[in-house]
Parts: sequence; structure tokens; C-alpha cells
Amino acid sequence: MADFLITTLELPAWLAWSITAMVAAVLILNVIAGGALVFIWAERKIAGRIQDRLGPTRTGGKFGWLQSLADGIKLLAKEDLMPDGADGMLFRIAPYVSFCASFCAFIAFPFAFDFIGQRLNVGVFFVIAVLGLEVFGVILAGYASASKWSLFGAMREAAQVVSYEVPLGMCVVVPVMLAGSMDLVTIAEKQGGWFTSWFLFHDPFTFVVFWIYVTCAIASVNRAPFDLAEAESELVAGFHTEYSGLRWSYFFMAEYGSMFLVSALAAILFMGGWNGPVPVASILGLSEGTSDTANYFVRLLGMINLLGKATLGVLAMMWIRWTLPRLRIDQVMATCLKYCTPLAAAMFLGAMLWQIALPGGLVPGLRRPAAEIREGWLPGPGGAARSVGEDAGTVVKVGA
Amino acid sequence: MMPYVATIAAALFAAPLPLAFINWHSFFFFLFAAVACGFAVAVVAADSVVRMAFYLVLSLGATAGLFFLAGAEFVGAMQLMIYVGGTLVLLVFGVMLTAQAPFVSIKGSGRDSVVAGVVGVVLLAVLLQAALSVASWRQPAAGIVAEPAATPIGMALVGVRVDEPGVGAPARNVRPGYVLPFEIVSIHLLVVLVGAAYLARAKRRKTPRAIEVAASVEPPASVAEHAAIGRDRSRGASVLSGGR
Repeated sequence: MADFLITTLELPAWLAWSITAMVAAVLILNVIAGGALVFIWAERKIAGRIQDRLGPTRTGGKFGWLQSLADGIKLLAKEDLMPDGADGMLFRIAPYVSFCASFCAFIAFPFAFDFIGQRLNVGVFFVIAVLGLEVFGVILAGYASASKWSLFGAMREAAQVVSYEVPLGMCVVVPVMLAGSMDLVTIAEKQGGWFTSWFLFHDPFTFVVFWIYVTCAIASVNRAPFDLAEAESELVAGFHTEYSGLRWSYFFMAEYGSMFLVSALAAILFMGGWNGPVPVASILGLSEGTSDTANYFVRLLGMINLLGKATLGVLAMMWIRWTLPRLRIDQVMATCLKYCTPLAAAMFLGAMLWQIALPGGLVPGLRRPAAEIREGWLPGPGGAARSVGEDAGTVVKVGA
Repeated sequence: MMPYVATIAAALFAAPLPLAFINWHSFFFFLFAAVACGFAVAVVAADSVVRMAFYLVLSLGATAGLFFLAGAEFVGAMQLMIYVGGTLVLLVFGVMLTAQAPFVSIKGSGRDSVVAGVVGVVLLAVLLQAALSVASWRQPAAGIVAEPAATPIGMALVGVRVDEPGVGAPARNVRPGYVLPFEIVSIHLLVVLVGAAYLARAKRRKTPRAIEVAASVEPPASVAEHAAIGRDRSRGASVLSGGR
């Protein structure tokens, strides 16, 4: 886009790049804010149906589809309160810290082949690292509120998020290993074709890893049944007890933003990214690079695919939230340390061995080899695992 | 329409303003550097532990920004993950230690600040001297080629140097990668982890009364009860401390 602005409109480079950056930023902001509006409405409807109610029905005509907007206006009009004893600076800044972390993670996130704010070659790593910073806002909010409920909530959240980062990281490493890259675009591209080439169906270990990822992702974005930080039956409202109005809503935009992000990340890592279950574009004879229109159409289709998968993930999270009871803090810790972490480690090892023994995947005819099989240091497709590094003409030392 | 847009844009932005002549890379470098240094000073100047930790996060985050600006994305993400994420734990401890009375302020004595100032100035002088003594600091070497991949680093960490030119050469001529340093760091971290778990483990408290009662001839039921509570507590605490 910057190139287009420079060459066609003859804008100076700095202006072109600024406009490009702003367009990306505005689009990402809209994904978060607009997504939150839709998902809050969906959450109300789903919660209603699961609890045998109707949910909102009147605002905006049918289905109450303007309910979130009405909520937003209400929140805007609310008085902005701050407790007397609060640490004012930290109290005010905490919601923005949460929101910024959620926003920054989207910068490196691809929505389709070229629909990406900034392509990083360590995209997965960046997204996970930035997403972990969201908890800062929660801790600051809990501390600065000068309220015991808030502090309890914040400390729970800290313990939980820091713990769940370990198995989450291990789950994320498995697709990275299969794709041979930390670039989110490359990872999604490796899963092109029919749904059988998704990493989810690559081997039994990745299938298990996906479900561990789902558990850890729900815990790391602080959703029920892991929403101990706000446990309203014990802690009033947890870390946001003292917040009201727009500041409070920033926390929720951040929460819905990160829910969407971890779902979209699951789609990219395990469910083919922007490659649909059926390769519609290539059946229609369109492929990347034939013409500008074809490119645009393919990417638009890819974006619809990715957003659809991510939305499905968010809806599943809501389903889980309104179905399962909240865990106790010791159960949360036990789930992470006694089940998720060892399971993730074992599955990681299993996926690695599978990759060495059967690099072509379960059904070799249907998919491309997942990882780059470099000449010499891994056996070729279908070959049995040989001792690495013994081949003549290659010099490889695995392990010093 | 296009030419009009271009003309208007040129009239509005390009020609009269010096913005076009600014080196934006340098601008962002100075921006990030100023944020990093400013909040580093704020860390020292603040007197609440949590505010200090927050300023430290901003300072380290700006340093990560510098790395991203230099194109070292892997190092930048590492900086975010390790330093900024590590400060999170610091923050948690800060909150835990000061949670007894809210917003405890920490103020050193005048003598402390004098000593700290002298040490700081000496360190700064050493660093400045080292930084300014690099002769060709301002001219980037022409031969540097951007290597936009983290794969060579990862492969070198497991002992395979894919970035070496002599991949076809005999084994003894290839450099060994970073397996040994990697393993040393891993074992170091393991030791630290075990030590932290040992230190954080809840010790069974021996209150004077419990010792007194234990020393008596027939221990009443309350001792066993006390011991049981202690066990439970230590178990719960070890579950929690494992998470850090």
C-alpha cells in the first residue's frame, strides 16, 4: 500500500508510510472494538439460551442486536469513579495497559496472506510474548484500587497466567516445529489444501496438543471456568471491583480482543489459518499470483475463513463459560502443573518422534511434507529414522 | 482526481515542512531511547515499589522497541518475553511485600543516594567511554546483509550451523554451534529454579508455644493438629510456588 501511495499518488515516503501505518492501526482497533460489540451481544444471547432464557430481545428491533451499542452508550454516560485511597496514576493507566497489550499482539497477526500489520519472522513468539503482558494491567488495577477484593483477584490472575504460559508455550512449539518456522504466515501456508493437511490432523499427538492449547488459552485469557480473577461469587468483581464506566469497558475490550486473538491463533497454528476446509479458491481456478483481482479475491476468501474459524473459537469459549462451573484456585494450579504441563511435554516429544519417523504425516498422499526436510540431517519422506549425520557428504553434528 | 489529490497533499504536507527531510529511523531511535532513559530515571526517582516496576516495564519495553527498530525481531521478542515478562514476577513480589500496608514508600537515606550516585556516574562514564571509543559507530558496514530468519539461531542452539559457508566441509572444520553454552545456561536456570522452590517452600512454623508443648511429657492433640495444618499449608504453598 505504501508503494502504491508513493508511486501512484506521488506522496512523500514519510507520509505514505504514516498513512499505511494508520490504516493498519485503525483496522486492528476496529477488529477489537467491533468484535467486542458483536461478541458481547452473542455472549448475552448464548448465555440466555443455555440458561433457558431469551437474552436481549428488544433493543434495535429483532434479536436485541443493538444491545451492546446501548451498553456502550450507558458506559460512556456513567460517572468515572476512583477510590479515595487509590494510587491515581496507576489506577488510571491500568486499563490502557491491558488494552495496549491486546492491541499490540494484533500488529503481527496475519488475517490472510498479505493482510497483516507487520510481518515478523518470529510472529508466534511475538504474539505470545505480548499477550502475556496483558496481565500487567490487571495486576496494576488490582494493586492501585486499594481494595482487598481487587488485590486478591489480581494476585490470582498473576499466579494463573504465569503458570499457564508454560504449557501454552509448549503447545505452540509443536506447530512451529512441524512448519519449521515461527512466521505465522509460513505456518498457515504449510497447511494449504484440504482440511486433512491441517496440523490438527497431522498426527495423534498434535490432535491432543490442540486440546491442551484450548485449555491453556482459555485459562490465559482469564475466562470461565478459569475466571478466578473476577470470581463474582467470592470477590465481588475481582480486579475491576472499583472500576466503572469507560475504564471498566477497556478491560472488557481487552478481554474480548485477546479471546479473539487466541482463537485466531489456534486457527492459524492448528486449523489451517486462512485455508478453508475445502480449497474453494483453487477449485474455482483462482490462485495467488495470477492477477491482482485473483489475489484480492483469494485473500478476501482467506480472511473470511480465518475470521469464521476465530469466531467459532470464541463462541465455543462462551459455550464452555456458561456450561462449566468455576474451578478453585488449587484446582486451577493442579490442572496446569499436574496435567497440562506434563501432557504437553509428552505430546511435544511424541510429535517430534513422529516427525522423524513419518515426516509425511498420517496420509502421505494428501499433504505436502510439513517441515522442511533438509538434505542430510533428517531422513527423507517415508524413510525409517536413520542415525543422523552419518551420511556421506553432509556434515552435521547433532549434539556437540 | 489523482493529480488533484497529489497536488493537495504536496501543498499541504511535502514542500513547506521540514518533515520530509527528517530521518525517521533516527527519530524513532531517539524516541525509544528517550523513553527508555527517561523511565529508567523514573525507576530510581519513584518511591513506590509497584510504580518502580511499572516504570521498569516501560523502560524495558522501549528497549525492545529499539531492537525491533534495528530489525532484530528475535532479540526484541526475547526482550519482551524475558525482561518485561520477568518484571511481572518482580511486580507480583512487590505487591506481595507491600500488601501489608498499602502504598508503602521506600526512601533511602541521603548517604545511600550519594553512594548510589557515585557508583552510577562511574558506571555511566565507563559505558560512555566504551560506546564512544567505537570508531566506525556512525557508518554501517556495507557488508552487513539482513538475515530475516531466526532459523539459523535456533539450529545453532541445537548444534547445527546452517549459517556457516562450509556446510559441505569435513566435520572438524565446522564450528560447533551453541550447544555447550545453551546447556550451561539450562543447568544454571535449573539450579536457580530448585533454589527458588526451596526458599519459597513454607517452613513449618515453630512457635514458642508449640516447642514448649512438644517438650512436655505427653503431647496433647493440639500438636498433632498443628502439625497437620502446617503440612497442609506447606502443600498448598508448594503448589503455588511451583507456578512461579
